[in-house]
Amino acid sequence: MAIMTYREALNRALDEEMARDPSVFLMGEEVAEYDGAYKVSKGLLAKYGPKRVIDTPITELGFTGIGVGAAQVGLRPVIEWMTHNFALLALDQVVNNAAKMRYMSGGRFKMPIVFRGPNGPAEYLAAQHSQSFASYWAHIPGLKVVAPAFPADAYGLLKSAIRDDDPVVVLEAEMLYGTSGEVPDAETLIPIGRANILKTGTDVSLISFSKPVRYCLDAALELEKEGISAEVIDLRSLRPLDMETLYHSVEKTNRAVVVDEAWPVASVGSHIAFIISHDRFDLLDAPVELVSSHDVPMPYNHQLELEVQPGVKKIMSAVKRVLYLE
Amino acid sequence: MAAAVPMLALSPTMTEGTIAAWKYNEGDEIKRGAVLCEVETDKAVMDYEAGAQGTLLKIVAPAGTSVKVGDLIAVIGSKGEDISSILAQATASAAPAGSGPVPPVQALKTELLQSPTPQMSTPPSSTPNNSGTQTPIPQSQAPQEQQPFNGSPSVLGGPSPGKPAPVLQSGVAPSSPLARKLAQQAGLDLRMLQGSGPGGRIVKRDVSRYLESISSRSSKALGAETNKSQSGAYTVSTSEDTIVPVTRLRQTIARRLGESMREAPHFYLRMAIDMEHLINLRNAYNQARKDGFTVSFNAIFMKLAAMAIAKHPQVNSTWMGDHIQIHSRIDVALAVALEEGLVAPVVRDCAHKGIEEIERELRDLISRAKEGNLKPEDYEGATFTISNLGAWGVEEFTAIINPPGSAILALGAIKKEAVVHSNAQGEDSLVIRPMMRATLSSDHRTIDGAVAAAFMKDLAAIWEDPAKALF
Repeated sequence: MAIMTYREALNRALDEEMARDPSVFLMGEEVAEYDGAYKVSKGLLAKYGPKRVIDTPITELGFTGIGVGAAQVGLRPVIEWMTHNFALLALDQVVNNAAKMRYMSGGRFKMPIVFRGPNGPAEYLAAQHSQSFASYWAHIPGLKVVAPAFPADAYGLLKSAIRDDDPVVVLEAEMLYGTSGEVPDAETLIPIGRANILKTGTDVSLISFSKPVRYCLDAALELEKEGISAEVIDLRSLRPLDMETLYHSVEKTNRAVVVDEAWPVASVGSHIAFIISHDRFDLLDAPVELVSSHDVPMPYNHQLELEVQPGVKKIMSAVKRVLYLE
Repeated sequence: MAAAVPMLALSPTMTEGTIAAWKYNEGDEIKRGAVLCEVETDKAVMDYEAGAQGTLLKIVAPAGTSVKVGDLIAVIGSKGEDISSILAQATASAAPAGSGPVPPVQALKTELLQSPTPQMSTPPSSTPNNSGTQTPIPQSQAPQEQQPFNGSPSVLGGPSPGKPAPVLQSGVAPSSPLARKLAQQAGLDLRMLQGSGPGGRIVKRDVSRYLESISSRSSKALGAETNKSQSGAYTVSTSEDTIVPVTRLRQTIARRLGESMREAPHFYLRMAIDMEHLINLRNAYNQARKDGFTVSFNAIFMKLAAMAIAKHPQVNSTWMGDHIQIHSRIDVALAVALEEGLVAPVVRDCAHKGIEEIERELRDLISRAKEGNLKPEDYEGATFTISNLGAWGVEEFTAIINPPGSAILALGAIKKEAVVHSNAQGEDSLVIRPMMRATLSSDHRTIDGAVAAAFMKDLAAIWEDPAKALF
């Protein structure tokens, strides 16, 4: 197993898929000459040339639409949004064209396209550039959505996304690009729609995705010292959701804490909390807790910026609430 | 968020309770699980443990007030919080004291036990809408007109911020779905439980603890039968078996005596005591009194036991783990059998009280025990206990030590026996004497065999010749 960064794992997935399938190409702002705003596409221009690694103008709706058209006629575009904050401009192409084309054409058009880029709060970026839009995409039937938290998942899920015949949104995380982890040397695909149990436990199910998964792991270690056994589940895929894994866990623990760094209203986290409450009502010993960001725009002040987001302490406190220890 | 603290059903048959004493004042910080107040139920005085945490904002029912199960007794929340809505709601929903029939709890329980698919003891949660907002019960469905199990809206409202936790009109605290499911599977009446969750919510651990306490009792009782059932001879339970709900008193007996038997290494010393002088003493005293007042054997036993204990202070002690506490005062309990179970009220400082005074206190304690009016200070902290089964003709028996004491004296019946008597010349003769067998159970952690033997020797000597107590 090689140790590599999240950024390198994504680059390896792109490289392998471009080498494997000539219909795969990468398009976005600064992906070619500049090697990518976050260096995910480093070296790809040199290797695959300007026809397959294409710099675009700052026109998210335009180049996303070009990608949708290319996918419709048989290519496999990977559209890089510099961040999901800018992807809002492209919402119409994703929601109304990419997500609906297969349905509205009666299955005649596939839509093998990947939209990817960093999502979620980072640091010192203030209200407009530090926010999670997971629920924007997870809300839409016709899309698939993945949110890897570790290099191995970033590698395996991006490969699966590129090979998928449906549109897949990949939520990367700016704060995770530099984090390292083991990635299998052999080519590996992580199936879309499977959660990963990172740590087994008996007292509470900690359910999260993307960056806060790491807080959950830290919280679980702290809780272990206090004799509380938390099971940590990384959803990895937000659409489709691996509810079976969640059900199985909650059947064992009778308690769930969902952690989502997005705002609390109509979020992926609130939806998961609802499904568990609804489908496993008789097995719950406490209301499902949701640890989310506060329902406010991201403050620029760093102390406040940290305060409004989920963290280890908030997760531990929620765990103690569902265990009736606090 | 402020939490309404309702009167809970602290015994299965309780429909209202009287606040005996508040342990905290308004403004005090309350920890969850702390004893908030004492409640006189239909059986005894019970501790009411706080189900919520925070500041005691308001005592709604002062000591001495009688409160129906489910009605507000206090509000716990954060300092300065507005609790007017809770108080207003409590006033609105509280039935006027003494009006309306009390819920037929006993009948319901019977119905529960006989029902092939046991009903939940909480009515189906019938929060009137999904938004979680409060919908007050229309006046036409006021509590006095409601049957607890008819499925009509019987909660005060769904949980919502700033509103009191839901309390069911039947007096059952809220419960988690899992707790309800587990209780249903076990055929358990949730009213037997006290919730440890917020607002007194009954949660999984409350059900588990209760079931554990049951199984530890029944596993011993049913041990033999279980073995047979494994061999296929017959099954343990049949439909004709009676399930007896466990009262708080019985729970207490089970827990305390179980702990005592498990933790205190018991040993037993038995002596036959010639009771002739003591009987004569009692008869002489009772006949001399012209007002009809008589003293019982038990009062005499308690006094004379205390006189023997005074000579052997180690007997009057408690094992404290890292030290032994030898009590300066001799507080003697007497085991009293009630229909509901055993209680052991205590007469304090028996060494310094006359037998008549002991007798008067004993009569008061026993009559209050029969009425269920014993307070904790009436039965807690015995340093020595006497259990007398003589009235049933039992010749001799051994008793389980009543903590925190280290010894208990088990007395059999006084019975005439043929005894070999040796006179001063060393001549033996058979005489008929009223004899009693007294068996001392001692905790070996505090009392060694020789100490117990010396004590029993003096006890027997004093009981055979009470004048020896003076020397």
